[in-house]
Amino acid sequence: MYSETTIVTAETSQQPLQEGQLVINVGPQHPATHGVLHLVITLEGETIIKIEPHLGYIHRSIEKMSESLTYRQFIYVTSRMDYLSAHINNLACAMCVEKGMLLEVPERAQVIRVIMSELTRIASHELWIGAMAMDLGAFTPFFYTFRERETINDIMEQTCGARLTMNYMVPGGVMYDLHPEFVARVKSFVVQFKSKVSELEDLVTDNIIFRNRTVGVGVLSKADAISYGCTGPVARASGVDGDIRKRFPYSGYEKLQFEQCIDTAGDSFARYIVRIREMYQSIHIIEQLIDAIPEGDFQAKTKAVIKLPKGEFYTRVETARGELGVYIVSEGGTTPYRIKYRSPGFSNLSALNHMASGSKIGDLMATMGTLDLVIPDIDR
Amino acid sequence: MFSFQQLAQQTHAWLQQHTGSFTVLVECAIVAVFAITLFAVLGLVLVLLERKVAAHIQIRVGPNRVGPAGLLQTVADTLKLLMKEGLVPNLADKFLFNLAPFIVMMVAMLLLAPVAFARGIQIWDINIGVLYISAISSISVIGILMAGWSSNNKYAMLGAMRSGAQIVSYELSAGFSVLCIVVLSGSLRISDIIAAQENGWWIFKGHIPVLISFVIFIIAVTAETNRAPFDLAEAESELTAGFHTEYSGMRFALFFLAEYINIFIVCAIGATLFFGGWMPLHIAHWEGFNHVMDYIPSSVWFMGKTFALILLIMWFRWTFPRLRVDQLLTLEWKYLLPIGLFNLLLVAIIAIMGWHF
Repeated sequence: MYSETTIVTAETSQQPLQEGQLVINVGPQHPATHGVLHLVITLEGETIIKIEPHLGYIHRSIEKMSESLTYRQFIYVTSRMDYLSAHINNLACAMCVEKGMLLEVPERAQVIRVIMSELTRIASHELWIGAMAMDLGAFTPFFYTFRERETINDIMEQTCGARLTMNYMVPGGVMYDLHPEFVARVKSFVVQFKSKVSELEDLVTDNIIFRNRTVGVGVLSKADAISYGCTGPVARASGVDGDIRKRFPYSGYEKLQFEQCIDTAGDSFARYIVRIREMYQSIHIIEQLIDAIPEGDFQAKTKAVIKLPKGEFYTRVETARGELGVYIVSEGGTTPYRIKYRSPGFSNLSALNHMASGSKIGDLMATMGTLDLVIPDIDR
Repeated sequence: MFSFQQLAQQTHAWLQQHTGSFTVLVECAIVAVFAITLFAVLGLVLVLLERKVAAHIQIRVGPNRVGPAGLLQTVADTLKLLMKEGLVPNLADKFLFNLAPFIVMMVAMLLLAPVAFARGIQIWDINIGVLYISAISSISVIGILMAGWSSNNKYAMLGAMRSGAQIVSYELSAGFSVLCIVVLSGSLRISDIIAAQENGWWIFKGHIPVLISFVIFIIAVTAETNRAPFDLAEAESELTAGFHTEYSGMRFALFFLAEYINIFIVCAIGATLFFGGWMPLHIAHWEGFNHVMDYIPSSVWFMGKTFALILLIMWFRWTFPRLRVDQLLTLEWKYLLPIGLFNLLLVAIIAIMGWHF
């Protein structure tokens, strides 16, 4: 009776449908999936029985492509994985290559990398708050968060020449030196952020409807968070202290003062609060560094053609969504033999069925919204 | 002083002279033309107003390209919708699918009848005016259920079911808060309710119970018109577009228009019941002040009050997130309905004891 795709997906789901159940396809084109995620949801009335994510709609075989790109080139493709934290993806790859080359990165480059990473994290969280509020039916926060995000994008554009896929990190440092106005603009952004974020908190955090929609919704226990391999704010909201910046510091994070934001409730509201607090911590990190950017080279001297010794190299960084791991297998040539990315979104998505089963459709949007899924990151 | 009543009487006399026994038919036709024109104009104005209000709240400019300051934007949108192909899904129940938007539209049109737009401008001053409004407004749920069912789309079906539960529940609260005013005025007739507010509006005269019933009324009608934060029937982040997912072109435009007309009507009713409709702001014993207020035309009073309420409802939409379906029903059955019932009791005591001003 219903459309063809529905019949196919209903048949592919494991259990046969019971009386009164129905299957709906959320996605691949749906306002709440923020991309081409396809969820096959079994419903009983408004209650969710089962969620089955179907992936592959935006698979571009980045890992396979990277095998035929040189160690300088493959970094740029990773900007297209998690497009909201392009800097941090690039950083992870650059660090992995540096690890293979045993290359020492100049102090100045390291500080620039951290500042850029934290700016990216704020931009990503800002966008996430807007998108999540939109999932819950509030349009207005989106425009307020985009105002701040736009400022960061302008700063990025000035220094890196691009607003979304920056391609700024290269093996040995960063591609160019900072723009002369960079420091002043970042400082003015810090002031802007601090004055404007309270507006957002008035509009969203203290809103009674928002609290009712998120408190106690989509609860993920600490044990489940660990067993599903959740990382980033999703895991930290469940009480897992797994911030890579603290656990396995890189690029000079060990010298900085910042807190790992941990909540124990594990619900959607905890994930929201953890991200809000993370933004404050990122601002705190930027404030420590912005006046103390050391002089010196912004890039270490490297050969034009990079060759990695035979072996396996793994690095991990904390992106805005969680732990991103880069695994390179080298045969000693100019291109990697095999590359594997451990992307945070994939593991976080895997917990969705556990978190949202038994709740209402509206709760699914609140839960999925706070997982902060970026589909190209999951599919690669 | 110029009065609409005089104008109507003169027109009536002139028509009787020239058309004889067809007078009633001709008058009906004139009223229908006025009603449809009002419909179109209100739709265009309210959609533009909503977009401008949203833009203002969201720190952007809003439509500003078509016509001066974007004033013709909605006209352009309507033309576009008129020219768009109205798709009917292959497996839809075609008769019901085509009928549904007209039912929703018809309900909105019928509701215009007892609204008093100004002193002497009222299409039908029926003696059960308030009851008529409550009765007719609950028919629109049939149109929405029909649209959801006949579309043969699961999102539409879910949206329609939500809408059914929602409208049927919130009818009760809206009814009880309207009853408060009926108890105080002692009449269901709209003109009597307005006349009872000559020495002050009920919102001021009725103490706190009327204030409570006004708050309940605003919440209930926001829910009844499927507006955010109660827009669960449409809920685009959950159900793409809810009950009108499969509608396009002019059929969609009819739903869209009916939504805005319904907002206008519920706000007009709210303004009539609580803020005296076209009645100017009168304060008992302040003769000079009352006299000055009378110089402001009654239509300005009515439109001013109605649009103030419309702006309030638009403000809600662009501020609040959406409720979940069970929270929506909890709010109604556990909070609004008991409060409304108790409030009605208080109002009845006030009315019997004559404690109101």
